[in-house]
Amino acid sequence: MSADREGAGGRAWRWLREHAVNIAAGLVVLYLLIPIAVIFVFSFNDPQGRYNFTWVGFTLSHWGNAFGLEDLTDALLTSLKLALLATVISTVIGTLMALALVRHNFFGRRLANFLIVIPMATPEVVMGAALLSFFLILNTPPLGFQTLLIAHVMFCISFVVVVVRSRLIGFDRSLEEAARDLGASSFETFRLVTLPLIMPGIFGAAMLAFALSIDDFVISNFNSGTTVTFPLYIFGAAQRGIPVEVNVVAMILFFFTVAAMGFATWQQRRAEKMASIRPEQEAGAGFPAGAAAAT
Amino acid sequence: MRRRIVPYFLLSPGTIWLVLFFVVPLYYMGKLSLESGVVGSLEFNWNWSNYSEALSLYDSQFIRSFVYAGVATLLALLISYPLAYTIAFKAGRWRNALLFAVVAPFFTTYLIRTLAWETMLSDESPVTKFLHTVGLAPSGHVLATSGAVIAGLTYNFLPFMILPIYASLERIDVRLIEASKDLYCSAAQGFWRVTLPLSAPGIVAGTLLTFIPAAGDYVNAQFLGGVGNRMIGNVIQSLYLTQSNYPSAAALSFVLMGLIMVAVVVYIRFAGSEALMGEEAV
Repeated sequence: MSADREGAGGRAWRWLREHAVNIAAGLVVLYLLIPIAVIFVFSFNDPQGRYNFTWVGFTLSHWGNAFGLEDLTDALLTSLKLALLATVISTVIGTLMALALVRHNFFGRRLANFLIVIPMATPEVVMGAALLSFFLILNTPPLGFQTLLIAHVMFCISFVVVVVRSRLIGFDRSLEEAARDLGASSFETFRLVTLPLIMPGIFGAAMLAFALSIDDFVISNFNSGTTVTFPLYIFGAAQRGIPVEVNVVAMILFFFTVAAMGFATWQQRRAEKMASIRPEQEAGAGFPAGAAAAT
Repeated sequence: MRRRIVPYFLLSPGTIWLVLFFVVPLYYMGKLSLESGVVGSLEFNWNWSNYSEALSLYDSQFIRSFVYAGVATLLALLISYPLAYTIAFKAGRWRNALLFAVVAPFFTTYLIRTLAWETMLSDESPVTKFLHTVGLAPSGHVLATSGAVIAGLTYNFLPFMILPIYASLERIDVRLIEASKDLYCSAAQGFWRVTLPLSAPGIVAGTLLTFIPAAGDYVNAQFLGGVGNRMIGNVIQSLYLTQSNYPSAAALSFVLMGLIMVAVVVYIRFAGSEALMGEEAV
C-alpha cells in the first residue's frame, strides 16, 4: 500500500520534472497574454469617473461608440496615414540598400553596415532628442506631420534592411542565371525572378515597419509639434483619464494586425510551396541546376 | 565600370536619409550641448560645464536607469529562456501558436500595454492584493515603486529577448546534443555544456535588444513609477519638452548614449565578440 503511494508520488514527481520547462513556458505565455486580456476586458467596462482602472460593470456602449470621439479618430487616422507613408518609403529605400549589401562587394561596405546597425543600438530618447535639436536649429520644416514622417522613415530603414537581407542571403542565385540564359534582360530578371522570390521578405519588412511606426511614441513625442498620433493621444489623455474607447480602438487594431499576420503567413507558405516545386521538376527532367547554369 | 556604380546607386537614398536625419542631427545635438544661454539667445562657446552639471545633478537618475534596465534585462532573460527552449525543441505543432503568443503584445500599442500594467498594479487590483497577502507589498501599494517600473520594463521588451534566443536555439544541430548524451552527459550537463553555450549568440543579442531601449525608456517610469523612480529618459524628456533647457538635455543625451556604448562594448568583450558576430552574419 505505502509502496504503491510512493510509486504514485514518484510518478507525479517525475512527470513534474520532465515537464518543468513546459510548465514554465506555459506560465510565461500566460504572463505575455494577460495584459492583452486586461485591455480587452476593460474595453467593456462602464467606469463612473474619469479613470478606467477598476471594474464597474459590463457595457457594449463603448464598442458602439468606437469612432465617436473626434480627437481619437483624428489621431488614429493621422497614425495610419503616417505609418503607411513611412512603410512605403522605408521599405523601398531599405530593400535597395539590402540588395547593395548582399549582392555587391564595394568600398565602404563595412561603413554602410555600421550606419545601419548604429540607429538600432541608439536609445529612442537620444534619436528623438537629436532630431529635435536638428529641426530646432534649422528652424525648418515646422514640427508636425513632415518631421514625424522624416523621423519614422529614419528609424524604420535599419529594420527593413535587416529583414530583407536575411531573405536575400538564403537566395538561390542559379534561378537568376537561368533567367539570363533564357534571354531575360537584367531588369526583366529582377522583376520576374528576384522580386517575386524575395517578396515574402519585403512584405515581412513592410509589416515590421508599419508596426514600428504606428506604435512609436518616444521619437514622435519629441518631433510632433502640435500633430497628434494615436500613441500621443493616449499619452495626453493619460493625464486627465483615458476614455474607454481607447481600449476599443486598441483591440480593433490588435485584431486587424492578427488578421494581417495570418494573411502574411499564409502567403509566405504559398511562396515556399511554389519555390519547393522547382527542384522536383528539375530532378524529373534529369537536369541538375548547376549544369544548366554552366552551359 | 557600370557595375561598380550600381551598389552606390542602390545605397544612396538610404545612406543620404540616415546621414541627413541620424548622423547630422547628432552633430547638431553635440553643438547644442556645448552652448550656453536660454532659448532665443543660445550661444556656442564650448560650454563643457553642461556636461559636468548634468552628471552631478542627475547622477541618481543615471544610476537608477542602468540598475532598472539591468535588473529588467536579467529578469527577462530568466523568463524568456524556458519559453524559447520549449518553442525550439518541444512545441511540435504548437510552435506557430506559441510564436504568435510571443509577438502578440506587439500588436497592442506600447502605451496601452503599460496602462494595462497600471490597471493591474493599482491598489484595488487582485494582483496587488495578492502581493500584499504574501508579503511582497507590505504597504499595500505597488504603483510608484521601483518594483512596478522594473516589472513594466521587463514585460514591455520581453519579445526582444525571446525571439533572438529562440532563433539561436532553433539553429542548433540536435545531433550535437545527442552526441553529448552518447558520451554519458546527464541531461543537465548536456544543457550547461552544449545547449547553453550554443545559444550564447541569442542571449547576447537578446540582452542588448532589451537593455538598450530599457535604459533610455521613460514611459514605464512615467506611468508606473513615482517621483522617486524617475529615470534619465524622464529628465531628458522634460528638459527638452517642458523646460526648454536644450543645452543640458543635449548633454544628458550624449552622456546616456556614451554610457550605453561603453556598457555594450564592455559586455561584448566579456561575452565574446564571436557570439555577436555569429548573429551579425545572419
